[in-house]
Amino acid sequence: MRGLKNPLGIAALVSLVFLLFMVVLGPILWGEEAVRTDTMALTQGVSAAHPMGTDGLGRDVLARVMAASRSSVGLALLATAVAVAGGLLLGALPAVLGRRAAGLLNGFVSLVVAFPGLLIALVLAVVLGSGGRSAAFAIGLASVPAFARLTQTLAASVAGRDFVAAARVLGVGRARMLFRHILPNIGEPLIVQATLGAGGALLAFAALSFLGLGVQAPDYDWGLLLNEGLNRVYVNPAAALAPGIAVVLAGLAFNILGEYAAQVFGGRDTIARAEGRSARPVPGDALIVRDLRVSFGPAVPVKGVSFTVAPGERVGLVGESGSGKSLTALAVAGLVEPPGVVTGTIEAGETAMVFQDPMTSLNPALRVGTQIAEVATTHQRLSRRDAARRAVARLADVHIGAPARVAGQYPHELSGGMRQRAMIAMGLMGAPRLIVADEPTTALDVTVQKQILDLLREASTTSGAAVLLISHDLAVVAQLCSRVLVMYAGVIVEDLTTERLVAGPAHPYTRALLASVPDMSADRSLPLATIHGRMPSPAEPVTGCPFAPRCPRADERCLTAMPPFTSASGGGGVACWHPVRETGGGPVTRPDEEAPDEEDPMRRTR
Amino acid sequence: MAVPSPPLDHPVPPPTEAAPARERRHPWVAYLARRLLRFVLSMALLITATFGMVHVIPGDPVRAALGVTASPELVAARTHELGLDLPVWQQYARYVAGVFGGDLGSSMVSGLPVAQTIADRLPYTVMLALVAFAVVMITAVPLGMAAAAWTRGSRGRAAELLFTGASGLLAVVPEFLLAVAMIVVFAVTWELLPVANVSGSVTPSYYVLPTLALAVGPAAALARIVRVEALAVLSSDYMRTARAKRLPARLLYLRHALPNLLTGALTIGGLLISGLVAGSVLVENVFVWPGLGSALVDAIKAKDFPVVQGVVLVYGSAVLLVNLAVDVALGRLDPRSTIKED
Repeated sequence: MRGLKNPLGIAALVSLVFLLFMVVLGPILWGEEAVRTDTMALTQGVSAAHPMGTDGLGRDVLARVMAASRSSVGLALLATAVAVAGGLLLGALPAVLGRRAAGLLNGFVSLVVAFPGLLIALVLAVVLGSGGRSAAFAIGLASVPAFARLTQTLAASVAGRDFVAAARVLGVGRARMLFRHILPNIGEPLIVQATLGAGGALLAFAALSFLGLGVQAPDYDWGLLLNEGLNRVYVNPAAALAPGIAVVLAGLAFNILGEYAAQVFGGRDTIARAEGRSARPVPGDALIVRDLRVSFGPAVPVKGVSFTVAPGERVGLVGESGSGKSLTALAVAGLVEPPGVVTGTIEAGETAMVFQDPMTSLNPALRVGTQIAEVATTHQRLSRRDAARRAVARLADVHIGAPARVAGQYPHELSGGMRQRAMIAMGLMGAPRLIVADEPTTALDVTVQKQILDLLREASTTSGAAVLLISHDLAVVAQLCSRVLVMYAGVIVEDLTTERLVAGPAHPYTRALLASVPDMSADRSLPLATIHGRMPSPAEPVTGCPFAPRCPRADERCLTAMPPFTSASGGGGVACWHPVRETGGGPVTRPDEEAPDEEDPMRRTR
Repeated sequence: MAVPSPPLDHPVPPPTEAAPARERRHPWVAYLARRLLRFVLSMALLITATFGMVHVIPGDPVRAALGVTASPELVAARTHELGLDLPVWQQYARYVAGVFGGDLGSSMVSGLPVAQTIADRLPYTVMLALVAFAVVMITAVPLGMAAAAWTRGSRGRAAELLFTGASGLLAVVPEFLLAVAMIVVFAVTWELLPVANVSGSVTPSYYVLPTLALAVGPAAALARIVRVEALAVLSSDYMRTARAKRLPARLLYLRHALPNLLTGALTIGGLLISGLVAGSVLVENVFVWPGLGSALVDAIKAKDFPVVQGVVLVYGSAVLLVNLAVDVALGRLDPRSTIKED
């Protein structure tokens, strides 16, 4: 019983039992007492004999409320049935009708749906006359447009899917298409909406009866009892509260059932991201990272990363998706949000960030100039006018034509390349010592990619800022960077110059990564080179080298002991028991095999 | 759409400035035209529906209104008076002409002109709805934003539970039940606030309970929506950009998050107004408020069709006008919504 493990499932079960109990047993247990008049106890307040008092004829209010459950809930269900049936008919018809008729029907539904349901129900109550059943029809018909709209939307979304297109190609008729292919696929959201709709119908029914337009005496439902109770509210407030409480409880029960149905039918996703620690400015290196770890509960996507970036140096951080490279970048910028936990040391000067998607990284509601200028007004205490002037100058620096005009535009008026330039201009507003660029060109087309990379190089040369470029694309990194850090499963496995990367890296993973990049000479008749197997997930405990299961050079030791990161004599280094040495390059010095594992910072995995 | 130029004293080349401005005005005009057409069509539907209402009632509406004891002569006279003996298309023409001429007929019960009844009662309903709407917007947006700021990521689990629980409960309790509960608590038990005034004058203290009853549910619903919207906005890439700029919280929330929330809040707020209009019918009846809502219910009970028609017309057109206003405001507030259009 998966459903019983979560609180909503339990609440839904309780609601269902509650509703069934009231509807089935309410009239049986309390039906007689509900109509028994007692002239000795007219309009009494709360007492032991009558927990909610009595009404004008001496009938017990509590018994009447309980006995009214069946009619109240039953009529609400009738109204819902009318609404769903009518909505399905009206909403599914356009799928069967011709284009013109369907358009007219859709237009009609969208006009009617604008009116509040209660108002339509009131008008329909005039037409249909008062009484329980006609009120149920009035409420049901009033919610037909909403259900029709829902059906239309759902049917349209299904109609766009591949299997419906395939059925159409096969010449499946419209009606058959509707019943075989479309309706079964929109059933689940409709059930959810119908359950929630039943709660709404219950409340609407109580409202109508309360106004005296629904159930008529001597019949009674919760709405009518509420009306009677309110008339004597100064004598016995409980008589007004009791039916109200019943309505709210039953309404809640329907809502909980609907919520639970929604949870069962469709998964829910939660948003998780948050804020981090500020980076501290330090002299010397542009960035020092020591034993950086980022964990999300049991998952540790970044497992002890250490590196430094010299002033003005352009360093690439590469790796496949999930290697922890983007999280490392966010941690450097202090932007890892709870529940993420960052440990280790990060010493960074003023940092500018350039993000992957220029389409979403600028605030759509603010002018470009405002967004660029506010860095200067908040951090450099510049006046608005000076900051705006500087923003325009920076936009000119990033080669935006008519920078003053662009400053007055909104992000949606700019192209992707222009926005990424604006992001870089924003970063250049201060005096950054480091520009962290997280996949800055991934969302752009190839010609624009090159321009942005050139711009980053230029920005770094003229401002003296170092660049940390995060990318999965070795070609992009090779264009801009002089040094490359290769990340795999949360650790840096190799640190090498771009020349070494091209000439022949030492780590088998870097080699595999390089081999998977197609170039002009690649034989197109062969499949693209891929790396077999998959990267261990951040939550998996890893003993030994994380790449070992996929590595052609791996042996017993690779599977049991994590290779330490060993610095090469000519700078850089590699974490591998069996680095590739044959293709030139300086010898990689490796410590003794007996080196105590405990001292190795890269070994500590949770 | 005239975009006021930002405070930049950089020389602006006039020709490049003028051309895009003209291009930008065009979709805005088309957008307005589409919205107005939609409004006109909806009004036509509303007028036709209120006219048709009387004609689809089973039996003789005049007989139903006057009761079984009325003499056949009286019924015939009243039928003639109302023009119900004319061909339907002539009746329709008369009705439409009447609506545009401000003549909505007269009550079958009191004989008073319907327009007069509406003019007397409309101000009370409008005041009630406006005050309630103001209360909703003023409380819901800051509440929702604060809740989002507190419960972002996985922080503040208890606060989240409290907020979603309380607002969820308040949002599903219908206004008339809330009204009854408030009467029991504030008027009957504690005797703090007045409920209904039979003498006719409505002082500010009479507004407290009805507006609260009307506003609490929509405010809770809106606050929930604002929180969810705010969570999405706060975790968006551009907010990450803003945090990367190390902006103080005030700028972060007020300048970067709020404008992106307002469009959503306003859309839902607009939808809530139609709900408020419907809810006011009930609340007015609970508090014996001298507005249109109680007039409508009385007229329905008395089968006083001309009054029902008139009041429904007023309610319906109010809802349509609000929807139109929200769409126009959205077009101005959110520079993108004029472009992406159904």
